[in-house]
Amino acid sequence: MTTATAFAPRGPGLGVRLRNLLLPAFTGLLLLLLFSPIGVMIAFSFNDPAGRQNITWQGFTLRNYVDVWGRSEITDAMTTSLAVATISTIVATTFGTMIGLALTRFEFRGRWIMNLLIFIPITAPEIILGASLLTLWVSFDVERGFLTIVAAHIMFNISFVVVTVRARLAGFNRSLEEAGMDLYADGRTTFWKVTFPIIFPGILSAALLAFALSIDDYVITSFSAGHTVTFPLWVFGASRVGIPPEVNVLGTLIFMVAFVFIGVQLWAQRRQGRTAEAAPVTMVGR
Amino acid sequence: MPSRSRGLTPLLLLLPGGGWLVVFFAVPMAFMLLVSLQQGTFDTGYQLTWNFGIYPEVIVRYWDLYVRSTGFALAATLLTLAIGYPVAYTIAFRGGRLKNALLLLVVLPFFVSFVIRTLNWRMILSDNGMIFGFLKDLGLLEPNFHFLATPASVIFGLTYNFLPFMILPLYVAIEKIDRRLIEAATDLYASRMQAFWRVTFVLSLPGVVAGSLLTFIPAVGDFITAEVIGSGNPEVFMVGNIIQRKFLESLDYPAAAALSFVLVALVMALVTVYTRTVGSDRLAG
Repeated sequence: MTTATAFAPRGPGLGVRLRNLLLPAFTGLLLLLLFSPIGVMIAFSFNDPAGRQNITWQGFTLRNYVDVWGRSEITDAMTTSLAVATISTIVATTFGTMIGLALTRFEFRGRWIMNLLIFIPITAPEIILGASLLTLWVSFDVERGFLTIVAAHIMFNISFVVVTVRARLAGFNRSLEEAGMDLYADGRTTFWKVTFPIIFPGILSAALLAFALSIDDYVITSFSAGHTVTFPLWVFGASRVGIPPEVNVLGTLIFMVAFVFIGVQLWAQRRQGRTAEAAPVTMVGR
Repeated sequence: MPSRSRGLTPLLLLLPGGGWLVVFFAVPMAFMLLVSLQQGTFDTGYQLTWNFGIYPEVIVRYWDLYVRSTGFALAATLLTLAIGYPVAYTIAFRGGRLKNALLLLVVLPFFVSFVIRTLNWRMILSDNGMIFGFLKDLGLLEPNFHFLATPASVIFGLTYNFLPFMILPLYVAIEKIDRRLIEAATDLYASRMQAFWRVTFVLSLPGVVAGSLLTFIPAVGDFITAEVIGSGNPEVFMVGNIIQRKFLESLDYPAAAALSFVLVALVMALVTVYTRTVGSDRLAG
């Protein structure tokens, strides 16, 4: 292979043209593989299952999309998940942004401890975080339920928020703040009128990441849940035999939301890209 | 800002989040250590007896599981690297205006819950499912062929689930490469292969390292894949499955805590060896 390419003629011969197709074809195949469980999920959300199993295709129906809202154990689990995700996102985004600001703006001793506290929860296997929390609940006889789940989710979300916000702050042009101060704005006004609007996209993407991580978490939640059931826990419990069609219905709906959201983000990026080209380099903040 | 408050500001900013991480991350780790050194039964209660003997005990008893988990995670890491590299390379160098869209397409499937995705794979790959059932009907496969519950199926599941963790850091590293360096290499009569291995690949090493750590570490502790795609077959269990069962089903807290700490030690040891071998100085450049 090496020798063949080494002595290949420099013009775009047949071999070169085939080789140029190889990588895009491989990428396309991989995308097909990545989407195959998603395609099956969407298809089987319209399946009309004969029994409780949902393994073979029986016929097209929209009934699952109506039925899902009538099954209280599913809607309850989804409500719990949304509540956990909302609360943990708000708290973790606030705390994480504060840490991000402190780490980029101030010099202080013991910074490495803070870095370690943020770094390890991201890198450690999830099961370790979940299991160690369980030993805490057990040692103090804390009854596991909604609040312990929220506490756990805030914990693992803080680190992700810090990392995301810090990336935004790292490319921040401090002279904009100095300009604010020069124009007689006090520290607080400068923060809310200059700093915050600039880092806001970073905070927003951190919050979205936290929400997505929280609503999908199974491993850590399972160790802190007790009898409370979140959506992933319900799905896992309900799937011992086959996948109930309602699972695929909700999966499909979540996927559609993500799809629309990403589409909007792409569109916004395109627009931002255009304005960034037009604006002077210093305004972009790098 | 008044100078008096300057010293206090970072502390106030750090306190809520840092405190939360101490209470719900650092302290639980300490408690897990204490719990691992307890003895007793769930019904009579566990007493702290500083039973360090539990560690050699679980290591000897579950040695095979640690070896298997490491093997599965390593295989999945190498596969994600082998599959993810060409894809990240293609998107970074050949993506053109579609770069961001392609990258988002790679990530999009992972917006569907981990559990739902894995369950749907189990259905696709089931013995009489849409792939193997079809091949069996055509007579291309033995009727008793099965893929689920085999080591290969677990490695497949891990590879699928951790692919974006490999592709994203690889993309970031490859995208940053100054393409004039590659041109310079080919101008100096390097073959395309030589230019790739000596320039592109070397410059993308930080991405390779980040991607393989982001894949290996969560994969080695995973238990959902072995539970779902491995169909709960004990022969393909990973350490995570035993830890989860001992904590939540048999309620054998000391052994479960000790198993967890051994897993942490194993991960830290492997990561240290890996980063030393690759050489952090080479990554700085």
